[in-house]
Formats: sequence, structure tokens, C-alpha cells
Amino acid sequence: MIANIPYLTVAGLIIIGLYTLLFKKNLIKMVIGITILQSGVNLFLITLGYRMGSVAPIFTGNADNPVMSYPVPQALTLTSIVIGVAVLALMLSLVIHIYRHHGSLHVSKLGGDDQ
Amino acid sequence: MNIVDMLLTHAPALTIAIPLLGAFLTPLISRVSEKGRNIFAIIIVGITALFVFLMASEILANGPMTYVFGSTAATVQQSTVIRILFEVDALSIFMAIIGIILSFVAVVYSYAFMEKNTGLDKYYTLLLLMTTGMLGMMLTGDMFNFFVFLEITSIASAALVAFWTNKAKAVEAGFKYIVISTIGALFVLFAIALLYGQYDALNMAKIAQSLGISGFTFIDKIALVLFIAALAMKGGLAPMHMWLPDAYGQAPASISLLLIGATQASLYGLFRIVFTVYGEVISLPAISIGWILVLLGLITMLIGVIMAIIQTDFKRLIGYGAVAELGYMALAVGTGLTIVANADPNITLQTAPFAMKAITGGLFHVINDALDIGLLFLVAGAVYYATKETSLNKLGGLARNMKYTTIFFIIGLLAVSGLPPFNGFASKLLIYESTYQLNPILSIVAILSSILLLAIFVKVLHSVFLGPALPKYETVREVPKSMLLAMAVIAGIIIVFGLFPQVIVTNLVEPAANALVNNSGYLQWLTGGF
Repeated sequence: MIANIPYLTVAGLIIIGLYTLLFKKNLIKMVIGITILQSGVNLFLITLGYRMGSVAPIFTGNADNPVMSYPVPQALTLTSIVIGVAVLALMLSLVIHIYRHHGSLHVSKLGGDDQ
Repeated sequence: MNIVDMLLTHAPALTIAIPLLGAFLTPLISRVSEKGRNIFAIIIVGITALFVFLMASEILANGPMTYVFGSTAATVQQSTVIRILFEVDALSIFMAIIGIILSFVAVVYSYAFMEKNTGLDKYYTLLLLMTTGMLGMMLTGDMFNFFVFLEITSIASAALVAFWTNKAKAVEAGFKYIVISTIGALFVLFAIALLYGQYDALNMAKIAQSLGISGFTFIDKIALVLFIAALAMKGGLAPMHMWLPDAYGQAPASISLLLIGATQASLYGLFRIVFTVYGEVISLPAISIGWILVLLGLITMLIGVIMAIIQTDFKRLIGYGAVAELGYMALAVGTGLTIVANADPNITLQTAPFAMKAITGGLFHVINDALDIGLLFLVAGAVYYATKETSLNKLGGLARNMKYTTIFFIIGLLAVSGLPPFNGFASKLLIYESTYQLNPILSIVAILSSILLLAIFVKVLHSVFLGPALPKYETVREVPKSMLLAMAVIAGIIIVFGLFPQVIVTNLVEPAANALVNNSGYLQWLTGGF
């Protein structure tokens, strides 16, 4: 059971992220939703590489505890986090521009005939 | 080893590296000379195009190319080496040719079109980054690498959609686009993680092989659903097309052109995942996947044309036209899959004649759609450049002053509605013929959509170019020569493809269709010493 907690957390984070995206009307909250979704996916990647009782995959020459967690998912997660920061920065800068145009962050206040 | 061979060996890497380097050199060159920067961007894309065509000639003659970043040995001390592989087969290079043509036309067109804008160093940097991401998605053979390039394309294109930040609608379209793209990309990453967790591999060919050994587990099904949903959303298939008319309609015209390439790169990813990565087990879910693609295609076509009828904005209307065109590709490829699944178990994808024809038609339509819709976007951009107006209700009588633009629009409208002797006819005929074999209703809907497209664009022709001369457009002049040149390049390719479709189909499209349906070529290198 205890080994499943990370996966349950992943599911929880993804569901919270999707809920925020679907039901929140404030643009900043939508951005937060995407960040939560992203954390869920990143946590999933990290969890995949973990082995019971393992140490960080740094070769120290100390042979006491040879079980290391997989380094590849960590590299993938690091890349994913970096991309996430870029996306977050771009989204927030677009939100700033939208606020300047409309003076509001509520989706119903955004203009345009949306057909 | 002479220089051409050496360049050819490294061509897959250079195709990505050159525009990437160019992207970050652009701001530096911009400091020296504005004009030099514009020409520099054209040269960079031109050199990349040379490498793409060099690779194309090699691949069509000698089969897939592989490029390894990292260790050349596949295993060290019995453990698999982590490295990135570029695997370029006929399908990848076919898509890369489309991408690079669009990119080249876009930079040539930008030269005059964006002239009066500020912040152009950023514009060109993002444009080259978008080219990099698009080509990377098409050439890579690594799942995670695909995700990274997907995100590069998304970020660069969302920033470019919102390039005219003084327009509220453009910023909103950019925001919508980045939100949709990020959600799509995150689900792609989640699906990649599911596959990685099972098979300890990120390489597409390796995963395909492991899938063939393990069968088709429940987790594979979840991953497949996530891939299809996310990439169809990125590829603009209805009912997930809502971002597409906004993004296409609000972006500068040259970027709308390049966005077509980015959208099709996502569709390429969808086809690659379904046919190559799941190629070993595709006969199991083929019926349902095939029908899902067919239904998505039908809905996409109908929604696209119906929504296009009521639009009053020139570029937004073309955006809905682009949605309709995307439906044809999904319809054709889905038909190919379904025909095989319905037939005798002895019939494989390669031996069913109409399945091959459907997929050939679908892939041929990918390049035709890019050219036809691209030309229409460029014409809309030219009209905007000359009049600063995109509303169909306010435009009129422009044919008097812009005769070349009018001719290009007529070529585009005939090609997009599938009339001979233009390229749209060639691919749409293949699609009508093959979908008829599956179910006549499919081809009826496809033909109906084409007729509606013709009606819609004839209406646009009438309201923008024909009719009485309006006093406020008396001073309108024809657009600069570089924009005309960009449109002429696309119009020329459209006419050549329309007159000699057989040459293109035999030399370019059929190898791509074979590479798509027959994944053994893609998996070959696993046993070939890599």
C-alpha cells in the first residue's frame, strides 16, 4: 500500500489540475492548474525511477549500498521542469497583456465574437 | 571521405543545428544591420532546405538514415546505453520537405510583410526556433525528444501568434494556443512515461519491438488513448479544433503559414505512434482506431465547412477551411486502417490495394493542404498588408488594383476545393475513390465538403476582389515583389503538382506511405548493429 501513495498523489494532482482548468474562470488560476498538472506528470516520472531502499545515482566508490535509483527519469524530469518554467513565463506574460487590454482576468470579460 | 559524403552523414543533425544556431545569431546580426538580419534568416532556412533535399535524395535511393547522438555501441557491459537517435525514413523526410518549403516561403514573405513592425529580431528568432522544433519532431526517433521538440514548437508558435500584442484578440489567441498545447504535450509526456515504465526504453523502434513481444497490455491501451487524444488536439481535429481558427486567424500571415506545418507535425506524430510504435500490435485495435479516425475526420470536415460559411473575417474563414482540410487526412488514413481490419486476416496493410490508396491519398493531401491553405493565408496577408482590413464586409473591388494577388487567390481557391488541374484534385480523387470502398457515405460527405469549400471561397472571391470599386481602396497598390515571389513559389508548386501528380506520388508519396504502413524498415536498424 505504502508503495502506491506516490501514484495516488499523481492521480490526485492531475485531477486537481484538470478540475482547475475546466471550472476556474480566472486566467491566473488556469495557469496554476497547468502547473499542478505538470507537477503530477513530473512526479510520475520520478516515481518510475525509484527502487526500494535506493540512493541517489551518484557514483561515490562506496560499495555499501549499491542499489541506485534510475537516473534517466530524473534527467527527463529536469528537462520537463525547465520546459515548464518557459511555458509558465510565456503564459503569465500573455496574461499580463490580456489584463492590460481588458482590465480583468475573468474569462467572460474577454472580448471578441467567439463563433 | 569527400565533403558531400561527410555533410550527408551529419545531415540529420545539421538540419536541426543550423536553424537553432541561426535563431540565436539573429539578435546579434540585428544589432549590425536590420536588412542583413532578414537576408540572414532567408539564407539559414535556405541552407537547411539544401540539407533536407540532400537527405531526401539519399533516403529515397538507399533507405532510412540513422544518426546517433552519444555512444555508437548499443550496449556497454550488458546494459542499454542511453542516447538519442534520429531515425529518418521516407515518411519523416516527406514531412520535413513540407515543413522546410513552408518555412522558406514564410521567411521570404516576412521580408516585406513584417517590414514596418518593431521587435523583428525576436520575430525571426522565434520563427527559426519554430522551424527547428517542427523539423525535430519530424526527424527524431526518440519519444522524449519528440516531446521536447513539441514543446519548442508550441512555445515559439504561441509567442508568434501573440506577436501583435497591441491586438487584444491576438494575445487571447496566443494564450488559448499555449494552454491547449501545454495540456496536449503534458499528456503526451504522461503516455511516454507509461511506455517507459513498462519497457525501459525511449526509442520508438525499441518500444515498438518490445510492444510486439509483450502483446497489447492494458497500460499500452491507456498510453495509446492519451497519445491519440493529445496529438489529435494538437493536430486540430474536431471537436478539439477550437484553438485553431483563433490562432491561424490572429497570427501574422507568414506565421499562419508556418502554423500549418506545426499542426501537421503533430498529425505526423499521431500517424507515427499509431503505425510505427504500435505497428506490431495494430491489427488488434485497428477496427476501433480506424473508425475513430474516420469519425473524427468526418466531424472535422463538416464542422470546418459549416463554421466557415458564417465567418465574416477573412483569415478566420480560411482557418475554418484549414480545419476542414485536416479532416480529409484523418479520414483517409483512418479508412486505410479500417479496410485492413475488416478484411480477411491474411490481408495485411501492404496487400490491401484500397488501404494503400487511401493512405497514399491522405499523405498526398498533407502536402497539398499545406500548399493550398498556405497560399490562401498569404493572399489574406497581402490583402491585409495593402488595406489594413480583414473584415469581408468592408473589403471589395480589390481586383482592379491587385491583379496578381487576385490570380493567386483564384489558384488557391480552385486548388483547395479540389478542381482539376490543380493539386487538390489529385489527392482528393484518391481519397474519394478509396473511402467509397469502405462506405459510400464517407465519400459523399467528402465531396459535399469540397463543394461547400468551393462555394465559400467563391463568396470570398466575390466580396474581396470583385464588385464595385470602393472609394477608400482607390489608392491601394499591389504588394511588394518579395511577397508576390513567395506566393508565386507556392502557386508554381501547386500547378506542377496538379499537372504531374503521378510523378510526385510515385517518387515521394508512395515511399512515404510504404514507410508508414510497413514498420519493419523502421525497426531494421535494431538488428543492423546500432
